[in-house]
Amino acid sequence: MAASATTHHTFVPAEIKERLQAYWSMIKSLQTGLLLSTGLAGYMSARCPVMHWPALLSQAGSLFLAISGSTVLNMWYDRDLDAKMQRTAHRPLPAGRLSPKAALRFGLLLSILGVGWALIIDGLFCAIVFAGLFFDVIVYTIWLKRRTAWSVVWGGISGGMPILAGRALGVGQIDWIGLMLALAVLFWIPTHIMTFSMCYSDDYRRAGIPTFPSTCGERATRWVIALASLAAALGMASAAYGIGMTWGYLRVLAVLSAGLLALAISSLLRPSVGVNFGLFKYASLYMLSTMALLVAEVAR
Amino acid sequence: MSKLTPADRVMLLATGLLAAYQVAFGIEGTGTLAMASFTVAFGLILLEAWITMILGFEVLESPTVVILSTVIPLGLSLGLVVEYLPGYRTIYLVFAALGLLVIAITRFASPGRIAALTVVVVHGVAGILIFILPLYLSLSGRLPVGFSLVSLGGGLIGLAGLLLSFLKTTRPLLSQQAIWSLLPGLFLLATLAFVVGFQFV
Repeated sequence: MAASATTHHTFVPAEIKERLQAYWSMIKSLQTGLLLSTGLAGYMSARCPVMHWPALLSQAGSLFLAISGSTVLNMWYDRDLDAKMQRTAHRPLPAGRLSPKAALRFGLLLSILGVGWALIIDGLFCAIVFAGLFFDVIVYTIWLKRRTAWSVVWGGISGGMPILAGRALGVGQIDWIGLMLALAVLFWIPTHIMTFSMCYSDDYRRAGIPTFPSTCGERATRWVIALASLAAALGMASAAYGIGMTWGYLRVLAVLSAGLLALAISSLLRPSVGVNFGLFKYASLYMLSTMALLVAEVAR
Repeated sequence: MSKLTPADRVMLLATGLLAAYQVAFGIEGTGTLAMASFTVAFGLILLEAWITMILGFEVLESPTVVILSTVIPLGLSLGLVVEYLPGYRTIYLVFAALGLLVIAITRFASPGRIAALTVVVVHGVAGILIFILPLYLSLSGRLPVGFSLVSLGGGLIGLAGLLLSFLKTTRPLLSQQAIWSLLPGLFLLATLAFVVGFQFV
């Protein structure tokens, strides 16, 4: 079977291709890409318009490896939960396309390479990258995710580490702008995660994972989402102001933030599956757009 | 649920990016009220394009979106009046505020003929202003001919509004699918015309 497949695909044998695809899907490229973009924007917010391409690419490589590593380790640890959820049952580990041992080795390798590379770049940068990995894998995934819905706060803290690391690498210290950027991401994460957990509430219930909707109710969750969206928008606005963003870009940021708040309030007042899904998708678009704004502002 | 094609998504994304460009750069140099009006109008174009890209065309039928859609021509026309017909600034500001209020009240309190009529009147006045004023300013030599592209944008977005209103009629001239397939292109062309037109100021 494998031999016949090999004859059809002349360059890469089918088995290797499938294995590579399985490894690639373990790093959740979209989510990793979004977090990576925050790290790069944090760095560029300090260093542009003078571009240091080697430093930028080096930081990108280190962050990509560390974020991917923590993602793989999450999936390795949560493989039993993934198997119970319809949405995740097709992932390489529950579907049997990768062995747990191979996934663990892969996750550890990526993490060690990412943190090691970060150490070569800068000590403070490395400490923040390591903190992000530690909070994500140990505190969020292993310790709290199966115990309390509040684990989302720690997920948020780890999510804010790439942008803080990037900013700290750019300015050589942890400054208030970096903290505001990290807070903005921290408060954005509940919007992202809680809308998602409402979309797939049956799946989470089946797997026995405590989520805000299941423990506090959907209405309370929508309130948390609305308040977190407001806090994220305020954090982003204060950081943008601190960076010295021009009025033109601030106006665009205000428009984008108004969209986030409008959807969050709409989800509160007229809850529906559509609005919830829209808020989930828009939140990602919002984060990507605001990162692009930060970069565009300092690169102009 | 209507399915957006990849081309629809690209056009809606581009519409949002053009509107973002206009908010960031295209309205510099205007007065505070005009800038606020243009920011609201182009900001709503950005948000409506991107939210439609995410949720599909059905979102355009929501009462909230209908009200917000009315703010687009009102904001654009108010900005134009404030900048180029300053003598009518206060009276038009009152008209815009009252118009929006009445649309919001009728849309939620008594949806039906009165709500539709209110939208037609307020939208109509704003649309006519966006169409006529830039054309007049260009033809009279007060502004370069290129500014008349804003009129073209007004015409195109008016056409989009007309097509959307067909969805509510019992015997529409075009099918729902045909209308939805035309909308992303119309939104993009209208926004492009606005953005290019305003470059001539």
